[in-house]
Amino acid sequence: MVSKSPVNPLMLVGQVVFYGLFAVIIGYFSTSPDYTHLEPDKALIKLSFSTHGEPVGECRDRTPEELAKLAPNMRKARVCPRERSPITVKIDLDGHSLFEGVAPPTGLSKDGTSNIYRRFEVPAGEHLLSVKMNDNVRIQDFNYIKEERLTLQPAQILVIDLRKDHGGIFFE
Amino acid sequence: MQRIESFFDAFFGAAANPWRHLGALGFYLLWITFATGVYLFIVLDTGIEEIHTSIEYYTHEQWWLGGIIRSLHRYAADALVLVMLLHLARELLYGRYNGFRWYSWITGVPVIWLVYASGIGGYWLVWDQLGLFSAVASAEWFDWIPTFSGVTTRNFLPGMLTDRFFSLLVFLHIGIPLILLLALWVHIQRISHSDVFPARSLALGTFAMLFVLALVKPTVSHGKADLSMLSPVLHLDWHYLFVHPLMYLTSPAGLWAMAGLFSLLLLLLPLLPHPKQQPIASVNPPNCNGCRRCFVDCPYGAVVMLPHPDKPGHELARVIPELCASCGICAGACPSSTPFRSVDTLVTGIDMPAQPVGALREEMERKIAALAGPVKIAVFGCTCAAETARLESADTAVLNLMCAGLLPPSFAEYALRGGADGVLVTGCREGSCAYRLGTRWTEERLASQREPHLRATVPAEHLRIVWADSHEMSRLKAALEDFRHSLQTLNADEKRPRAYTPRRIAQHG
Repeated sequence: MVSKSPVNPLMLVGQVVFYGLFAVIIGYFSTSPDYTHLEPDKALIKLSFSTHGEPVGECRDRTPEELAKLAPNMRKARVCPRERSPITVKIDLDGHSLFEGVAPPTGLSKDGTSNIYRRFEVPAGEHLLSVKMNDNVRIQDFNYIKEERLTLQPAQILVIDLRKDHGGIFFE
Repeated sequence: MQRIESFFDAFFGAAANPWRHLGALGFYLLWITFATGVYLFIVLDTGIEEIHTSIEYYTHEQWWLGGIIRSLHRYAADALVLVMLLHLARELLYGRYNGFRWYSWITGVPVIWLVYASGIGGYWLVWDQLGLFSAVASAEWFDWIPTFSGVTTRNFLPGMLTDRFFSLLVFLHIGIPLILLLALWVHIQRISHSDVFPARSLALGTFAMLFVLALVKPTVSHGKADLSMLSPVLHLDWHYLFVHPLMYLTSPAGLWAMAGLFSLLLLLLPLLPHPKQQPIASVNPPNCNGCRRCFVDCPYGAVVMLPHPDKPGHELARVIPELCASCGICAGACPSSTPFRSVDTLVTGIDMPAQPVGALREEMERKIAALAGPVKIAVFGCTCAAETARLESADTAVLNLMCAGLLPPSFAEYALRGGADGVLVTGCREGSCAYRLGTRWTEERLASQREPHLRATVPAEHLRIVWADSHEMSRLKAALEDFRHSLQTLNADEKRPRAYTPRRIAQHG
């Protein structure tokens, strides 16, 4: 009454064909087609930093009256503004502007680090790279400047970083 | 879709047809990745300098074990993505995303994310140029979120990585698949008798396919990751990593929008207008003896057994409304559904308001009594399968059920003893049943392999089962004619069950 289909050679051949087809699909798309992530004659410049800007204002000493108003355990004489300056960035490559932008401080009180990440594909070869940054709203000009003539190999990654505790802008 | 599935039935048989068991196949492929992953974890050295070297060692020096296991791990993961997407497409094409199915559909959406998260993390672990590319691209994607704002990508700048990063990656590559397993457990919570392991022949065939693929095209790595140099051309695994080119083609925000929109559309699908579900099953306590058959057979766990309020030590079935699919399989399982009961009005223990068993008995008696001709056949069909109404004629009575599983097997005997020369039971092919188990349970009940079973006194020559999907009307017609011809060749009274004259008593109280 309940019939079971017997396995026959045609079924087996069909199974081999369909399993094979599935395997071909899996195998092919597991490595193909090739993906060209970067043209062969290009290099990559990455701008990346995560650092605090300078406080937006000067620190100052509290007056005796101000101190008296505070609870005894809160009477710290020197007070500094919590908010940090945004970091302004300007990058020129061979005299042409590559990027201009601002990395604002993070945090609800704007007291966190300024973070930025950008990637630029540029032709490989010799370039004049000029990077300027300002991390202090109390200074008008850029207070970090680095300019360097460098040769970028095809597929090379050059990172522009700001490490203030190590002297400023780095090309790596 | 049904045509494709029927076509594959010819080669694989319904029980091992991959199209009909995509969910089970997905589970199986996941088990393969888990099993192979255990070995890969044992031999992996998570040092920043050693991780690539250790993988290269077992890929090339120990190709006969580690290399094959690595390839199996990779290809099973690739196949998992394809099977998962086909499973999604199949259920979508069948419209199985609303009504009582909303839960399984919605809980399937996070599974897609988790499969991709599990797979993409695996590429990072290899720490070759492809892994570095994927890690950086993923970091750039996450850095679009304001909270991250560029800090994730900094992890992949020269001098930033430490050995601990790879320990974290291993932790994630084990942890996320475990969360995936948990999500799958949630995904199948509202399904009883879950199909989580394929038939042996399908399992063996799939494993053999992956094994041959591993031998023919072993998985190899790109060059070691170099944070200062890119590999401009990559042999991308498009099953998982297509998201990275898609991001570079658009933008991180664009990829977030596409992924979010895709997920949102899937999540909103159950809210689209859809046909109203039939009234759910209802329990009639005086006719429920607490036998648990409906509880066992319900494909969606919609029937629970509770202590009987009036009979200590007895149980009573109860239907959970939000889980009930209104399929009627429970009514077919109820021993009280036998038409031989002498009550004037047949009321069973658990019944379908849209197609009560009592009404079915009346319809059957009426139609069989009206049959004329040398060979009278009663056909029990299913509204989801081939359209049996078109078979109705002077010598053929058709009773169309909401699911073949609603048929109490004793109806076949009752029809034969009530005047039919033959009974033909039809419905969806195995794996096609809209309610998953209607075909299987009916077949097992009629073969006396499941309760309630068809009595052995019913001669097999007078009963035929033909599973035919909605597009297989001509095959069903041919099967009916073949059955009629077969019945004609039988001796008139040979093995014929003795006639039965219904005795009816009025039910009081």
